[in-house]
Amino acid sequence: MKDASAQLAAENAPALAIDVRNITVTYPNGNVALRDASLHLEAGTICALVGVNGSGKSTLFKSIMGFVKPTRGAVEIGGRPVREAQRQNLVAYVPQSEEVDWTFPVSVWDVVMMGRYGYMNFLRIARAEDRHVAEESLARVNMLEFRDRQIGELSGGQKKRVFLARALAQKARVILLDEPFTGVDVKTEEAIVELLRALRREGHLMLVSTHNLGSVPEFCDQVALVNRTVLAAGPTAEVFTEDNLSAAFGGVLRHFRFDESTIQKHDGRAITVLTDDERPLVFGKGGHLEYSQRSRHEKVVKERAEEPDDE
Amino acid sequence: MIDALLVPLHYEYMVKAILVSGLIGGVCAFLSCFVTLKGWSLMGDALSHSVVPGVAVAYIVGLPFAAGAFATGLVAALGMGLIKTKTALREDAVIGVVFTSFFALGLLLISLFPSSVDLRTIIFGNILGIADPDIWQIVIISAVTLGVLGLKWRDLLLFCFDPNQARALGLNVRLLHFLLLTLLSATAVAALQTVGACLVVAMLVTPGATAYLLTDRFSTMLKLAASMGVGTSLIGAYVSYFFDGSTGGCIVTLQSLLFVLALVFAPKHGLLAARALRRSLS
Repeated sequence: MKDASAQLAAENAPALAIDVRNITVTYPNGNVALRDASLHLEAGTICALVGVNGSGKSTLFKSIMGFVKPTRGAVEIGGRPVREAQRQNLVAYVPQSEEVDWTFPVSVWDVVMMGRYGYMNFLRIARAEDRHVAEESLARVNMLEFRDRQIGELSGGQKKRVFLARALAQKARVILLDEPFTGVDVKTEEAIVELLRALRREGHLMLVSTHNLGSVPEFCDQVALVNRTVLAAGPTAEVFTEDNLSAAFGGVLRHFRFDESTIQKHDGRAITVLTDDERPLVFGKGGHLEYSQRSRHEKVVKERAEEPDDE
Repeated sequence: MIDALLVPLHYEYMVKAILVSGLIGGVCAFLSCFVTLKGWSLMGDALSHSVVPGVAVAYIVGLPFAAGAFATGLVAALGMGLIKTKTALREDAVIGVVFTSFFALGLLLISLFPSSVDLRTIIFGNILGIADPDIWQIVIISAVTLGVLGLKWRDLLLFCFDPNQARALGLNVRLLHFLLLTLLSATAVAALQTVGACLVVAMLVTPGATAYLLTDRFSTMLKLAASMGVGTSLIGAYVSYFFDGSTGGCIVTLQSLLFVLALVFAPKHGLLAARALRRSLS
């Protein structure tokens, strides 16, 4: 009874927001991971957190989760300090696959039940309500039939969905996802994106840390660019620009400009491929391997020029 | 024949030794599931050696041995934590330095006061000659440890599996860390009397490691480990009467045998099963 009313209260609560105000995070070894970073996000949003490894992206993530304490500034979720927000089950966390010990003797069901701990009593004994919510959450990610599997026996995509189900079971309105698309097949990626969109419609607030730049405009309505601070944050169309990305990634971002490459038959308009991870591999017409710079590849340029035009 | 087998049970000291061993074996085995899953085996070894100076001091000044042991165990654990956060040293180096320092101090104290403590008792255990007050200390430690584990094992499991999720749920992870460390110190102290400082770590690791090979379910792992711990300790203490051998040696040898059996024959994670799987795939 108490639970039902609490849930009702949560549903009628004013829009949730993440408020990061001028935080500076210094690690014990003196390394300043973030300086004066601010970010404000409202409910009904999917925000991508983008930046190179070592940019302070994961530090910002951890600050919002309360795993690291800012030396200056403050983080608030729904107008409360992080810890208090967590006690009220406002925040859920979907970890990176590398962070999880997949050999641990727990089943899919056990993991999803761990999302319900905050609703259980001192002994963490599940009640009918908890079991019902866990079943519902597993069904929502199409994993109900795997409930008794040990977590190591799942595919990459299934593993991800189990932890998504745990976040759902927690009934948190703020969900942080760390690299949700690594090690995941295209079909699962689409399913996850579809789920996140549905959650956005339901008024959830999601922050997605990702290296998958190409997928960002597909489903994120907001973007925060991080390089030692929050460089820019706002609607994807305004923030996710070539100039901003170059600033955020410095020299680290890999470019592939078609007009400078060995590709000969482009239409003359400048198209640039950007990736923050590996160098893109580009094949031209007829499956030829292409190089990003024409200099030092004069032979390839000549070969391409001699190819018959099929227009 | 049967009379011969019942001989040990005619001696009160043997019955006490068997029952106390079984109790400690069970408690240690219960905890060993968390120790193996958390990767704290070396920590268990360290704590079991670090309690030695505390036991020595307690005997010298006439305090309950558990109080002294527990105190130095915790000081050692806190010391390791402190050095680890303040220096760039790797954890194994920190543990190695701290526990050997404590152990050395213990040996030194014992050699300075040979009349109040017996070195052999501490290093190899002496369950057959255990005094009644010591039994009571062990019973109290065991009862408290079992009580805490029985109430909070789900929280401790989450802490071992995914401390970040524990934090995200608003649980006090620092407290859980300290709780597990305290339980580990307490059981190390209790087991010291049975198998001695050198073999305590076996009681705190082997049953859990064996059970881990046998199942993919944590609740099953707990049950398997606890029954193996109780069983090997009861039987080990009992048969040590006939061998006239070291009780600790008997118990831990039995546990090791079970481990080897599981290693080879475990249905899913055993060596034979792995070989069969490779064959079926190739």
